[in-house]
Amino acid sequence: MIRTQPDRRGHFGIFGGRYAAETLMPALLELETAYRAARRDASFKKEFSFYLHEYAGRETPLYEARRLTETLGGAKIYLKREDMNHTGSHKINNTLGQVLLARRMGKKKVIAETGAGQHGVATATAAALFGMECRIFMGEEDIRRQAHNVFRMKILGAEVTPVDAGTATLKDAMNEAMRDWVSSVRDTFYVIGTTAGPHPYPVMVRDFQSVIGREARRQILKKEGRLPDLLIACVGGGSNALGLFYPFLADPAVAMTGVEAAGKGLDTALHAASITAGRVGVLHGNKTYLLQDEHGQVRDAYAIAAGLDYPGVGPEHAWLHATGRARYVSVTDEEAVEAFVALSRQEGITPALESAHAVAWAMKTAPAMAKDKIAIINLSGRGDKDAETIAESREEKE
Amino acid sequence: MGRIEERFTALKKEGRKTFVAYLTAGDPDLETTARLIPALEAAGVDIIEIGVPFSDPTADGPVIQAASQRALKRGATLAKILAMTASLRRTSGIPIVLFGYYNPILSYGPEKFAGEAAASGVDGILVVDLPPEEADELRCYTDPAGLAFITLIAPTTDPVRARKILRRATGFVYYISVTGVTGTAAPRADDVRSDVERLKRMTALPVAVGFGISTPGQAAAIAPLSDGIVVGSALVRLIGEKGTSDDLVPAATSFAGEIRRAIDAACPSQGKK
Repeated sequence: MIRTQPDRRGHFGIFGGRYAAETLMPALLELETAYRAARRDASFKKEFSFYLHEYAGRETPLYEARRLTETLGGAKIYLKREDMNHTGSHKINNTLGQVLLARRMGKKKVIAETGAGQHGVATATAAALFGMECRIFMGEEDIRRQAHNVFRMKILGAEVTPVDAGTATLKDAMNEAMRDWVSSVRDTFYVIGTTAGPHPYPVMVRDFQSVIGREARRQILKKEGRLPDLLIACVGGGSNALGLFYPFLADPAVAMTGVEAAGKGLDTALHAASITAGRVGVLHGNKTYLLQDEHGQVRDAYAIAAGLDYPGVGPEHAWLHATGRARYVSVTDEEAVEAFVALSRQEGITPALESAHAVAWAMKTAPAMAKDKIAIINLSGRGDKDAETIAESREEKE
Repeated sequence: MGRIEERFTALKKEGRKTFVAYLTAGDPDLETTARLIPALEAAGVDIIEIGVPFSDPTADGPVIQAASQRALKRGATLAKILAMTASLRRTSGIPIVLFGYYNPILSYGPEKFAGEAAASGVDGILVVDLPPEEADELRCYTDPAGLAFITLIAPTTDPVRARKILRRATGFVYYISVTGVTGTAAPRADDVRSDVERLKRMTALPVAVGFGISTPGQAAAIAPLSDGIVVGSALVRLIGEKGTSDDLVPAATSFAGEIRRAIDAACPSQGKK
């Protein structure tokens, strides 16, 4: 039943849909038609697969984290190494797919929003690869936090447009990208970085990212001869999580946990846990759980990880939560930073602060699981970009 | 027939065009908005669009974004805006359209909103991010309450889609004259002429043009091509500049008066009976 979602107009139960201004509606319908055709076209699939393997470096390893497993003393932990993709995160899976589609549709320019800068870098990379013009919208606060990625985007030939509205983070960057798209829709393709936005984006991004789960499924069957008991992934908008979860949705024995950012704590205003602490609302083209005040004004999200700093969540996650198929929890900044350090020291793998949220949850939950259980953590990105943030947070503590 | 249609019809009989003005409710504060609306009506505005501020106005340019932020900071809420409308309605017959985004309405409760908006004297609503495909969840309450559901047609809307949208449109049709957000580019008269002519062949409803008209000259150029024009960002910019100064109401009414005169002067049959 779950796999028949969404309906024709992009609804996952009451979630999702296409809540967009009329100027964009024709472009969204055009995109849907183009995507449907591409999805059925063997040559598109072949081309996408070619670039995923030959360019992005797939497949990524499913690595058994022996020392972490030993330390925690519970379930056997595997890491799906999306950090080993070209550009350093899972984001490249989606941007290659969307930029290939943009090219197929005859668009010459691409735009994108970015939080941590990972999606911006991945979009700028795909745009450079195919010789397309690229403009990235990024909140000023994120530009400050992620200066390294801003530099990478510029090197790749992208124009980075700072956004100073609101809290100058991901939500505001997305607002500005949508405004730009309203004005440039005739020749521009908007590359959305997560499983949110108006239909067909949530479905399209999920499909492009589900290579993560398909590989992990094949790899675990080969290594263990059976399916995992638990999947763990961080959730901001939710693209890496859905990429891992989706190919396992029809396997009832596989539990899945999405980890939201509890920031400074759910009892403060400084968090990004839209499923855990939000209400149903409409933002950026879809109906989903939103952080909002009692008047329906969207609240600013906060997370130490810029990529989780978003007040909404992809509508399919909202649906998986509402139906109980997946479980959603949250971990604080402090727990994420601890996990960031722990994984670095125990496995020699420095996770992105976003992915460190998933690691943190595994550190909480794995010890309580039997030793014959298997958990897969989606290590969605690498942590080099976060060195400065970690240094700052340690200074604060000292 | 509701106040909106009546106003268009009455003006048409006089050979005149409808002047729709938009302002963001609560900027600089709701008391001022309540004083501005009757003053604008006296200066020649025929229909007032009351903008309900939203934290993330993705279809609006910088002017209305800033006004929305100011209004929210000063505590404007949908409930207070409805209360202001109800008190305005006791002394004014001006058609009122609430203009905004869906989330504040969804949060308020669509059914409660429909009942209270109608009771407060609201005549129509325009919800920017609620296209016809998603509109039933609100229209199932607002249609029976007698609220017109104003629909947008964009330059990117193809004729097949336009026909589909127009089948269920009520009140008037709002033609977005530029491919862009509010208040950022000026419409081109030639494009507007052909697009509006095309729309008029598809619907008996009045067609108003908006999204880029900011000067009396532009108003004069566009008004003759349609049944009415909408001026938003230019008025909102002026309100933003004047803020809480005593000069605000006179400046806003003087600007509205200029637009009114430009529209009337540009429409030759004006005044004939």
